[in-house]
Amino acid sequence: MNPLRWLTGVWQGRRIPLSWLLLTRQPVRLAVALAGISFAGILMFMQLGFRDALFDASVTVHKMFNTDLVLMSPRTKSSISMAGFPRRRLVQSLADPQVQGISPVHWNLLLWRNPQTRGTRSILALGFEPTDPLFLDPKLTAQSSLLTQKGRVLFDELSRDEFGPVAQWFREGRTVESEVAGKRLRVAGLFAVGPSFGADGNLLTSSETFLGLLPNTPAGSIELGLIRLQSGADPEAVAQRLRQRLPKDVIVYTKAGFIEMEKDYWRSSTAIGFIFTLGAAMGFVVGCVIVYQVLYSDVSDHLPEYATLMAMGYPLVTLLGVVAREGLLLAVLGYLPAYGAGQVLYGVIHAATKLPVAMASDRAITVFTMILVMCMASAALAMRRLGDADPAEIF
Amino acid sequence: MADAIDIVGLSHWYGEGAMRRQVLQSIDLQIHAGEVVLLTGPSGCGKTTLLTLVGALRQVQAGQVRVLGQELGGSSRSVRQQLRRNIGMIFQGHNLLRCLTAEQNVQMGSDLLPGLSYRARRDQAREWLRAVGLGDHLGKLPHDLSGGQKQRVAIARALAAHPRLMLADEPTAALDKQTGREVVELLRRLARDQNCAVLMVTHDPRILDVADRLVQMEDGRLTASSLALQAG
Repeated sequence: MNPLRWLTGVWQGRRIPLSWLLLTRQPVRLAVALAGISFAGILMFMQLGFRDALFDASVTVHKMFNTDLVLMSPRTKSSISMAGFPRRRLVQSLADPQVQGISPVHWNLLLWRNPQTRGTRSILALGFEPTDPLFLDPKLTAQSSLLTQKGRVLFDELSRDEFGPVAQWFREGRTVESEVAGKRLRVAGLFAVGPSFGADGNLLTSSETFLGLLPNTPAGSIELGLIRLQSGADPEAVAQRLRQRLPKDVIVYTKAGFIEMEKDYWRSSTAIGFIFTLGAAMGFVVGCVIVYQVLYSDVSDHLPEYATLMAMGYPLVTLLGVVAREGLLLAVLGYLPAYGAGQVLYGVIHAATKLPVAMASDRAITVFTMILVMCMASAALAMRRLGDADPAEIF
Repeated sequence: MADAIDIVGLSHWYGEGAMRRQVLQSIDLQIHAGEVVLLTGPSGCGKTTLLTLVGALRQVQAGQVRVLGQELGGSSRSVRQQLRRNIGMIFQGHNLLRCLTAEQNVQMGSDLLPGLSYRARRDQAREWLRAVGLGDHLGKLPHDLSGGQKQRVAIARALAAHPRLMLADEPTAALDKQTGREVVELLRRLARDQNCAVLMVTHDPRILDVADRLVQMEDGRLTASSLALQAG
């Protein structure tokens, strides 16, 4: 069948766009409906955006590492409470023929003194051997060599402003020095990760400097062990072997499992994931109520007209279609402003909180689906009113 | 020529049990194609009920009702809906769709015709509006039309579906004498051009002379049927 001819046939067979006219000839009611739907959409965009941003932000540090497997203490539940384990466990993993290299990492929250206001604030500090190929980003690995000198740190330029104008001063060429855990440190360079809900800023330094800041750390204790495998090795299989070989005072994760553990902590062990999901659900319910109100009163107001159409010989299906199309139009027309406002608000939130919120396509689709379901469900409920349209009553 | 309406022994009741009340009592009535019949009688005598039964808007309870060759006793919902496409209806109130222009309202009628392109159906709608003398008001909403104009749009809409039977329930009730007369004469002329039968319920004594035949009704019975004077 010729598609052009088919399209022409569809175009020729079109009817009066009754749904569109029903909506647009009552501009006030349409505006109310669209405002309601958009509001619901914006609410969903915000809540889901915050939730996803929380989960994404919580693993930006995790994603930086160039690693296949990680070792951690079984007492570690999340990145804000990393427990130590013996470094020799990491060395033991080298016994596996497929393990290519290892890197121990110190990981803790330390107090950073704002060089401008002198106030202190908790910052996430990582300590490692500056010569190790620790990061996926080659620029960051290159920058790490600056840390070989003791007392030098790399500062996350996306850290919250409360840590002081460190990045700005550094770019201006000033020597930026501050105090961490009571020790004087100098900023040797900048990198970009951004804050998460657990840490407001990030700091990279050498193991030597790190241990100088925390002199009470037990000898040979680390918080994270990175294991790089030979190319072609199956991480899951190696992880399985290591789990059998190593004592129970460490657990082995793949990189994906490491990221998932962190996300899972925020999702299930805190109320945050639930709260934002609930917020999105409330937006959905509010939207449903508004759309249902609008469509129901629309059908009620036009009941004699619908009855007239039935008297003229239009089947009930046609009328149900009119209401369904009204729902569809409302969904599309209400989604567009919500999408635009979502974009703008994400920009505002990103500027204010430095959280990685952006219009992700899967979220855009999720919210549209929710709005569509909301409008079509409301239309389906409003359609029941059409059953009251009795053409015999209009004489 | 086949009868447009052939009713034998039609009775109808409203209500249930003790409340059951007979509104139509064994009615016999035949209307030929192209005939214009006026139905008069005091209010509450069952005229409108008869009209809704003939218009396939209500289920027939007892008797035979054959409309345009279709027996309505025991007919299904979809049979009645299909039949209604061939019946034009004009109501006391005009019942136009408020959100549509005059032209779009009429096109809701011609949209029922199968196999015509959008443009053809729209042109037909315009043609009908010109035929009822509203060629200058195509784009107006019902809100901006006078009572007589609205009723003429309703007539155009009913005719646009090419009906073979027109049912009208007091089409002049909301109109003044002059306009009412114009509307009814227009209806009769256009219906006759289409060879379309007309059954019109009316109280209005001023328009009785447009009919080919007058039928009177009282308490659910047809009391008299007379050939009217030929209208001038």
